[in-house]
Amino acid sequence: MVAKFDLSDDSVVVIIGTGAGGGVLANELAQKGVKVVALEAGGRYLPEDYINDEWESFGQLAWTEPRTTSGDWRVAKDFSGLPAWIVKAVGGTSIHWAGASLRFQDHEFKTKTHYGNVDGANLLDWPIDPAELAPYYDKAEAKLGVTRTGDRPGLPGNNNFKVLEKGAKSLGYEEVNTGHMAINSIEYDDRISCQQTGFCFQGCKWGAKWSSAYTDIPRGEATGNLEVRDHCHVARILHNDQGMASGVEYFDKEGNLQMQKAKIVCVAGNSIESPRVLLNSHSAMFPDGLANSSGQVGRNYMRHTTGSVYGVFDKPVKMWRGTTMAGIVRDEARHDPSRGFVGGYELETLSLGLPFMAAFLDPGGWGREFTSALDSYENMAGMWIVGEDMPQETNRITLNHSVEDAYGLPVANVNYTDHPNDRAMRDHAYARGKAIYEAVGATRTLPTPPYPSTHNLGTNRMSENPRDGVVNKHGQTHDVPNLFISDGSQFTTGAAENPTLTIVALAIRQADFIAGELSKGNI
Amino acid sequence: MATKASSKGLTRRQLLARATVAGASFVVGSGFMAARNAAWATELSALKPTTFATLVQMARDIYPHDKIDDQYYVIAVKGYDSPDTADEIEAGIAALDAAARGKGFANYLETGWEKDRVAILRGMEESPFFQKIRGGLVTGLYNQKAVWPIFGYEGESYSKGGYINRGFDDIDWL
Repeated sequence: MVAKFDLSDDSVVVIIGTGAGGGVLANELAQKGVKVVALEAGGRYLPEDYINDEWESFGQLAWTEPRTTSGDWRVAKDFSGLPAWIVKAVGGTSIHWAGASLRFQDHEFKTKTHYGNVDGANLLDWPIDPAELAPYYDKAEAKLGVTRTGDRPGLPGNNNFKVLEKGAKSLGYEEVNTGHMAINSIEYDDRISCQQTGFCFQGCKWGAKWSSAYTDIPRGEATGNLEVRDHCHVARILHNDQGMASGVEYFDKEGNLQMQKAKIVCVAGNSIESPRVLLNSHSAMFPDGLANSSGQVGRNYMRHTTGSVYGVFDKPVKMWRGTTMAGIVRDEARHDPSRGFVGGYELETLSLGLPFMAAFLDPGGWGREFTSALDSYENMAGMWIVGEDMPQETNRITLNHSVEDAYGLPVANVNYTDHPNDRAMRDHAYARGKAIYEAVGATRTLPTPPYPSTHNLGTNRMSENPRDGVVNKHGQTHDVPNLFISDGSQFTTGAAENPTLTIVALAIRQADFIAGELSKGNI
Repeated sequence: MATKASSKGLTRRQLLARATVAGASFVVGSGFMAARNAAWATELSALKPTTFATLVQMARDIYPHDKIDDQYYVIAVKGYDSPDTADEIEAGIAALDAAARGKGFANYLETGWEKDRVAILRGMEESPFFQKIRGGLVTGLYNQKAVWPIFGYEGESYSKGGYINRGFDDIDWL
């Protein structure tokens, strides 16, 4: 029986967002008997609704509300109104993600210690020790059914992976495999195994890939403790005279302003919308926005050092067949400053269909240099670079008061400029990617600039000291004890790994903490 | 195919007739005239025929694929043949023709060689008009399901059971 809570019920936990962070937190709390209202800006779409068509699916799932961009990153020029490719739906970007589920390396929790002072970088150690998170990584891997963990086998390699594997191994790379993926290699948790359909980014029509949309959300609802309200767009978080969060104002499906009272508020709207909500919640008591006494809300925006390399061969690859992110090279993920940069990067296969390849291969490009590459589309293999980018205070989300959304709220501006370390890393990765494909006989290789961001991180970061960040080691804001951050915006640094597994592990851990605090009467 | 023109429109035959009257250089390309399809059966409602023909040539010059028939470029830009966009397109094509005259050609269409036309386009690639046409083509051309097989792209696969039994790992030349 799906729960239905009254707007005036001030005993509920209100969670903003239902993706990998909010969706998991909602279910974990509901399983523990905590009453939850989850507010989701998007609608409900399940595997039967997903579309094997890139632009149609984009229209169905993507967050396309206005945003603005600035800074020297190329996305600001090529996709000025689309800084991020993330999802607006129940289940959030866990519908779109590729499924790569990697644990951070231990040193990546302590970058200030290991990387030292990097000019212009706002590095900081996480206030969590790797050992503290390890048991939650175990739980997250079991929840997501991650391949190559537990007793789950790896996925079979598709054509795109085989090209990467052969090239990488011939260069001497050793950690080359079909990855740790939240895509079933065998039937697991009532979900079937991967049918090698492709279109992982468009929502898995088989449900073989984990998404909170069809796992945690319905399971949470089945407890009777979770109510998910879709098409509810949050405007601001309210607080009482004591400076405690007291409720959330949102526009409902009909566009009417509503207010849900709350005992606890958890923000999981991703690293662009979460700081936007806090900044839009400014008041006389919190003139710079909620939980922003440090001035760090919105700052240190990270999006991973990315880019792609496509190799063109004299024979067909048909890279679109099968798992989109079908394999990985991990050897460069280590921290080895002798390469000319701190931190490391992963190389992961990626494929785009013809429509998105045309849009992203060389945005703005035209003429025969461009079209001759597309003419070889069938003979292409592709990989994506995922590397640790430097947190910088000036890379940040701010409110753009000259542009309003449909509800009259100022939109988020995303300012991003590459750090010299980011550029050095990207150039290194481009060269290694090129070498990998040339080792297999590529007749042409193409570097592709970063796509609109899917890994949006760090804008409400964790810190030991309240001066340095927005939340503590539990995601609890330093300033407002009953206000939590539950998504990737709490990341202190970004690491080289795809972030979702860590978001899920932190959400499971936060649920334990919140339930514990509630039972102890601390909140 | 009827030859009757609507009040504002032109039929394929009329367009081709005018093209012939204007001489071979007007022709958007021999493939265009020989097209076996009905793309040109679509009546123009807002744009002048020479304007539309120039637009189609411009589209091909921006994203030239020798294995793609003109009909797909026609479809890609057909949406501009509307009262809402006609003035902007007429002005843009007029500017394109002016640029061609600046380089000593009669107009864009009569600039006979691709390299000369591309040089004209390079000179105006930052203009809003060029960017509008180029940007529109990214979806207008490459999101036509009918062109996908020409590139080998197979599109939707769920209804066929994915590629688990249909060659996801069939690469044989490594």
